[in-house]
Amino acid sequence: MMNRRGNLKALAAAAALSVGSFVIAPQALAADTIKVGVLHSLSGTMAISETVLKDTVLMAIDEINAKGGVLGKKLEPVVVDPASNWPLFAEKTKQLLTQDKVSVIFGCWTSVSRKSVLPVAEELNGLLFYPVQYEGEELSKNVFYTGAAPNQQAIPAVDYLMSKDGGAAKRWVLLGTDYVYPRTTNKILRAYLKSKGVKDSDIDEKYTPFGHSDYQTIVADIKKFSAGGKTAVVSTINGDSNVPFYKELGNAGLKAKDVPVVAFSVGEEELRGVDTKPLVGHLAAWNYFMSIKNPTNDEFIKKWSAYAKAHNIAGHKDKPLTNDPMEATYIGVNMWKQAVEKAKSTDVDKVIAAMAGQTFKAPSGITSKMDEKNHHLHKSVFIGEIKADGQFNVVWKTPGPVKAKPWSPFIEGNDKKPDEPVKK
Amino acid sequence: MPSLFLFGTLMTRISSFSLAAVTLSCAALFASSAMALTSEQTRALTFGETDARITALQQALASPDEKTAAFMQAMADDAVKVSGTHVLIVRDGKASDPVTGDAQALPEGAEDVINNNRMRGEIDAALAALQLLSPDAALRMAATKAMLKEPDPTKLAMLEKALAVEQNSGVKTHMLLARAAVMLNSTDAQARLAAAKALADSQTPDTQLLLNQRLSEEQDKQVRSQLEASLSTIQAALNLGEKLGALFTGISLGSILLLVALGLAITYGLMGVINMAHGELMMIGAYATYVVQGLFRQYLPGMFDAYLLVAVPASFLAAALVGAVLERLVLRHLYGRPLETLLATWGISLGLMQGVRSLFGAQNVGVENPSWMSGGVQLLANLSLPYNRLVIIGFALFVLVGMTLLISKTRLGLFVRGVTQNRPMASALGVNTARIDTYAFSLGCGIAGLAGCALSQIGNVGPDLGQNYIVDAFMVVVLGGVGQLAGTVYAAMGLGLMNKLLEGVAGAVLAKIAVLIFIIVFIQKRPQGLFAMKGRSAEA
Repeated sequence: MMNRRGNLKALAAAAALSVGSFVIAPQALAADTIKVGVLHSLSGTMAISETVLKDTVLMAIDEINAKGGVLGKKLEPVVVDPASNWPLFAEKTKQLLTQDKVSVIFGCWTSVSRKSVLPVAEELNGLLFYPVQYEGEELSKNVFYTGAAPNQQAIPAVDYLMSKDGGAAKRWVLLGTDYVYPRTTNKILRAYLKSKGVKDSDIDEKYTPFGHSDYQTIVADIKKFSAGGKTAVVSTINGDSNVPFYKELGNAGLKAKDVPVVAFSVGEEELRGVDTKPLVGHLAAWNYFMSIKNPTNDEFIKKWSAYAKAHNIAGHKDKPLTNDPMEATYIGVNMWKQAVEKAKSTDVDKVIAAMAGQTFKAPSGITSKMDEKNHHLHKSVFIGEIKADGQFNVVWKTPGPVKAKPWSPFIEGNDKKPDEPVKK
Repeated sequence: MPSLFLFGTLMTRISSFSLAAVTLSCAALFASSAMALTSEQTRALTFGETDARITALQQALASPDEKTAAFMQAMADDAVKVSGTHVLIVRDGKASDPVTGDAQALPEGAEDVINNNRMRGEIDAALAALQLLSPDAALRMAATKAMLKEPDPTKLAMLEKALAVEQNSGVKTHMLLARAAVMLNSTDAQARLAAAKALADSQTPDTQLLLNQRLSEEQDKQVRSQLEASLSTIQAALNLGEKLGALFTGISLGSILLLVALGLAITYGLMGVINMAHGELMMIGAYATYVVQGLFRQYLPGMFDAYLLVAVPASFLAAALVGAVLERLVLRHLYGRPLETLLATWGISLGLMQGVRSLFGAQNVGVENPSWMSGGVQLLANLSLPYNRLVIIGFALFVLVGMTLLISKTRLGLFVRGVTQNRPMASALGVNTARIDTYAFSLGCGIAGLAGCALSQIGNVGPDLGQNYIVDAFMVVVLGGVGQLAGTVYAAMGLGLMNKLLEGVAGAVLAKIAVLIFIIVFIQKRPQGLFAMKGRSAEA
């Protein structure tokens, strides 16, 4: 019986230790606030990535409120949990726009969730800030895309892997979760690789369902494929499937020297639960890494660490991490605030007009600019190699910010599409 | 290629005593060369573009001494830092000068030297070359294999030298292969032909890669046909490994399905409780493992690798306890009413998930493998079995045997069987049937907890862990035949193998769909499952 009691005690102790701050920010009572919607999955397969973005929005809002708010009003966050459930994203958007009457929504990670929000946001003329790299092929008047378009992430990453320093890859495994972002990105990459003279037989495209956890067959297949020529893997696996995938890679002894894996959805946060020692040298392409050294980033990390500690954010209070989508979220909230101040109104159409050409000093070390027309940020591209401590070494970067091309020239018919939202 | 695990231990061994070995070999061979590592060299090796650094590396390798070897080992271990233009080796927080070996204070803001994959490959190859003359045959073998994997013409001379003095026949064979690998890119077609022929004896995927790379550039017809012949010889030899590999992944998935379904085979199979909360009991087992891991990390960091030994009983007890409470409070009022049981347990599953969410947060928690579960054992050139999978297969067997013995040999097992087969009779003979129900149900739940503990080692631990497995668990039990332990085993293994073999052909998404369709059709044709047996559910 002692054993059981000891066990219970242990449970209680650990539980007390790890109680996360799962509390929605206190609602300000004053009626004179500007409501801001936060639409990130706090449960389900995407919670691994999205939860921290909710906290980033709350931090940015806290910071703005501490400086007096916007137009003399405090911002009031309205946090909802769409639970990695794509139709629920649409429902929650509707609720945010019609019931809560928020002025802007910060949210979504997966493209399938964004596609689900899009018709609602367009119909009700809402405003969405989307902070994650994505596949392009979309340009909505009601969305600002603060993450990377394919030419700001995927294509430079492939270029790097083809270069001598990147391993001069000749064969390619395009591995992804089965939904719109990986499928479209891989379509673009396939066309791009072909334009570089790679044959179809040297490209192997593979998909797994969301939440897939058994990567034995896939890793064995990659091993086999890589005997046919120098191989690189481009991974668009999303969510918590990355943990079993990287575990399997490590256990199977597939080393970065032999077969480098470059991931587009794996950052500091996703590597938290993984033993990174066997993964040293595998790559990620982003527009920001925590390890980038500059005063703006130092300050950003310091702010986040203090916020995480003060708000008892599980994981981050002991080991604060920042990543690319957090940076993009932070830029998004601040740019929206600047645009509201410029427009002197939270009216969606006025804010959209004011967003054009906004600039913000980004933690990635550049002054980030919102394009005058195409609703995307200009971004620098970095390639990082995983270090033993779960951080990234930047091994390559673009000389300066790159303008986004949401309509990739590697998809047929895109050359005729205008680089700005079409009025409907 | 050595498995990661072996490689890891090897590397620590190398770093501890290779210095001595390399020193010896260097002294033996390079005693005449007066040049030693200079601080200019260390700078050339650490600063600048990769191309220039690789050139510097090759130059340093031309006249190596023990300091060079030590410095390269430090580079390979990421133990080199720079401060301004000053290069330092930093081990265990102590800095030393790579040229003089003197201890130095570590300056503030010293930065790590960054090696990209290409640089790291070159450093490893250089270290291998330095070990070609080591007195330890095992180290020479490892070095030769590394050179066979990544042949480099600049190291041919060193290889020839080592070949001239090599006595060990096994190492010598590999050295000849390594030389052939270098010669494969020779400008002389005859040399290439001989190399292509010789390499047919090196039946590894790495050699396959070398031959394929050569084949894509080769112009000479004769060499081409020899390359193709060698490739098909190697492919034939590797086929076995591939087939066994697919089989192993199937068995591994089967063992997981078995673990997941065994608990349900008791609660649903024997007792007839449609337990929708089965997945959540696994989740509780996984979280118990997480908690034990956390406690070990906090209080017994030295014994961290042993935490699983405590986690196994802890996860069993945690889930069994929750199960007992459930049975006492809810389920015993619902026996014989399967629909209500289904709804009640589903509600409980939602409650448990939300409870865990508010206790531990909605995000996944990290459960780390103990170090003895990382890596794998290399059986064939292209077949390595990961330890964590092997451990889980063994664990599934252990649970299966334990449960079978418990049900068939013990007094509790006898009572459980008696009560499920004929309750009034068992009761008339003095068995406290209500208590037996509780025991049996908690046993099933405890086994679910064990499954959760195993799952925590290969996948994610989050509040909805159970949701991913509940369908699989029911699939296995229903397919195997309700109330039949043997059926559960066959069904789990069959589904695992079928899933993995299909995945190899059709991809993960289609394989999953195909398996589901198969089960639907099978249940249509044979509703009682693979094996049929009368249990309480049949009476109800």
